[in-house]
Amino acid sequence: MTVVSHADHRGQLLIDLADVRKSYNIGMPNEAEVLHGLSLQVKRGEFVALIGPSGSGKSTLLNIVGLLERMTRGSYRINGTDVGGLDDKGLTLMRRDTLGFVFQFHHLLPAFTALENVTMPGLIREGYVSRQQRERARELLAAVGLADAMGKRPSELSGGMQQRVAIARALVFDPPLVLADEPTGNLDTASSDEVFVELRRMHKERGTSFIIVTHDPRLAARCDRLVELVDGQIARDEPIAREESPAAAD
Amino acid sequence: MHWRAWLGFETRVAVRFLREGRLQTALIMVGVAAGVAVIAYISALVTGLQQNTFDKTLGGQAHVTVQALDDVVAPARAPVPGTLVLSNVQSKAQRLRSVADWQSLLPLLERMPAVAAVSPIVSGGGLAVRGEATQSIALSGVDLDRYDRVVRLREKVVAGAARLEPGDAIIGTELASDLGLRPGDRFAILTGNVNETVRVAALVDLGVRELNRRTVIVPLRLAQSLLGLPGGATSLDLTLKDVWGAKDVALALRGQFPYRIESWQETNAQLVSALNAQSVSTGLIRLIVLLVVVLGIASVLVVSVVQKRREIGILRAMGATQGQMVRVFLVQGGIVGAVGSVLGLGLALLMIFLFTAFVRGADGQPLFAIVLPLALGLQVALIASACGVLAAIAPARRAAAMDPAQAIRI
Repeated sequence: MTVVSHADHRGQLLIDLADVRKSYNIGMPNEAEVLHGLSLQVKRGEFVALIGPSGSGKSTLLNIVGLLERMTRGSYRINGTDVGGLDDKGLTLMRRDTLGFVFQFHHLLPAFTALENVTMPGLIREGYVSRQQRERARELLAAVGLADAMGKRPSELSGGMQQRVAIARALVFDPPLVLADEPTGNLDTASSDEVFVELRRMHKERGTSFIIVTHDPRLAARCDRLVELVDGQIARDEPIAREESPAAAD
Repeated sequence: MHWRAWLGFETRVAVRFLREGRLQTALIMVGVAAGVAVIAYISALVTGLQQNTFDKTLGGQAHVTVQALDDVVAPARAPVPGTLVLSNVQSKAQRLRSVADWQSLLPLLERMPAVAAVSPIVSGGGLAVRGEATQSIALSGVDLDRYDRVVRLREKVVAGAARLEPGDAIIGTELASDLGLRPGDRFAILTGNVNETVRVAALVDLGVRELNRRTVIVPLRLAQSLLGLPGGATSLDLTLKDVWGAKDVALALRGQFPYRIESWQETNAQLVSALNAQSVSTGLIRLIVLLVVVLGIASVLVVSVVQKRREIGILRAMGATQGQMVRVFLVQGGIVGAVGSVLGLGLALLMIFLFTAFVRGADGQPLFAIVLPLALGLQVALIASACGVLAAIAPARRAAAMDPAQAIRI
């Protein structure tokens, strides 16, 4: 398997948000600012947990970082590129080349098999799925323990399996950054662990950066850096000191 | 770009979306098929009907006729200016007259690019007599080869051999039964003061009973002598390469020659307006059915866009552009249109088969031939597919305009 490792770039600035504000319903009586001048930097190879109470703006922040939503004010650079000036197509292409997503479950394409879901990013880029891409998708699915479930539709898979498919899909083009929104949100403890182990393994093997939104303090504690959002501002941003070694955590 | 890459993503996703919405897809495809079937069937039916009417009416007619101008009464002398003249002019009785100088006109007409064939005819009234029986007839003297090119007489022969040797006559089937004639039998033709016996060479069915009862066709020379027009021709019948160009050709000829020149449209004004009315209403029906098809496809796709919001969001998050999402839905519209067309054409062929097999005239023969020409089928299919794509434009734009973040949250 050819693994494009991001390990060589470890430490380079990947995400640079400065004074980001986000308001909804602008100009209407119910206008509300969700993010109040937030700044955040993420370097390559980081494994960040984003926590905070409901309504603190976690998902909004993740959507802005993921180029799914535009910020109202502030500046945002990915890999040094200012995305504020990009149009919809520019954002889409940037998203395509830089980011992988793992959403809460239900976010596989139900009409496609596990393998097809993983090859979908390639189909979107190239218009067809090459043999190499299919091979790579198989390897990734095998790597997350789904060698036998490739031909199955999402509805035939358990929540944990679906989420592992989503991880394989997010990684198929080896993006430098994967954004995960409650990746274990609807899973039982065992499946939750299983999924998290995969995320950590990909991080270790490929040097992929991760930003993981979670409610689960147990999970957050197993990341390398903790960013806590309260009322649209960063209340806490600190490395996590763990007693056990990362290898043991995996 | 790899050949598979063209619309590869769009087609794969479109097909899968359609397969996913099984019942919905099946229903709309049946709807499109029904629409296409109606359009194709009604087109074929009306084309067949009009062709049939056309053949029956025009088959025995020239597209353009050239005849001598009517005799008119010339005023005895020009009225003196300033005087009031009271006159009561009785119009002249029209005697049979030859087209002046038709022998030199004929090659001129034949050389015209729009003209396919020219046939000189001598026609007038007379009586057919056999034993005690007498029938009034419409007598035509023709040059058989030329005449055949105008009215395709040989195709209409039902008995005997189509030839016009001196002394031969070709007669309508009804006249033959009225006079008890068979090919080879003889009968007499009477005109004003001449009486000639001819031999029946062939019987023809011109498709119209009245024509079959009156028609007697003889060699040009015989008709000339019977009608007292030695060397003359009462009319030159023209067949054109394009039937519908007759009006223009007649107009052009009128400007050129001092004859009474009429197109078939002028002599069959009622038929023309009937055919026009039929074409207009057929066109209207087709347009409305097409509109229903478009609206049907559009409404199904609008629902599909709403149902697929989350998928659209996921695809957009994975890097599908707005353009790609637009095309996913346009392709869906196109596929529904195309598959519906194929089914619809099959259905139309079935309907045509049933019509031909079960709808028969009083004589047990099919009323008229209807066929679905390949070109018409392809045209209908193409238009329906294009309409499918057209119908998808609004839903596709809605899909593309969806905010991916919001679409995913649902």
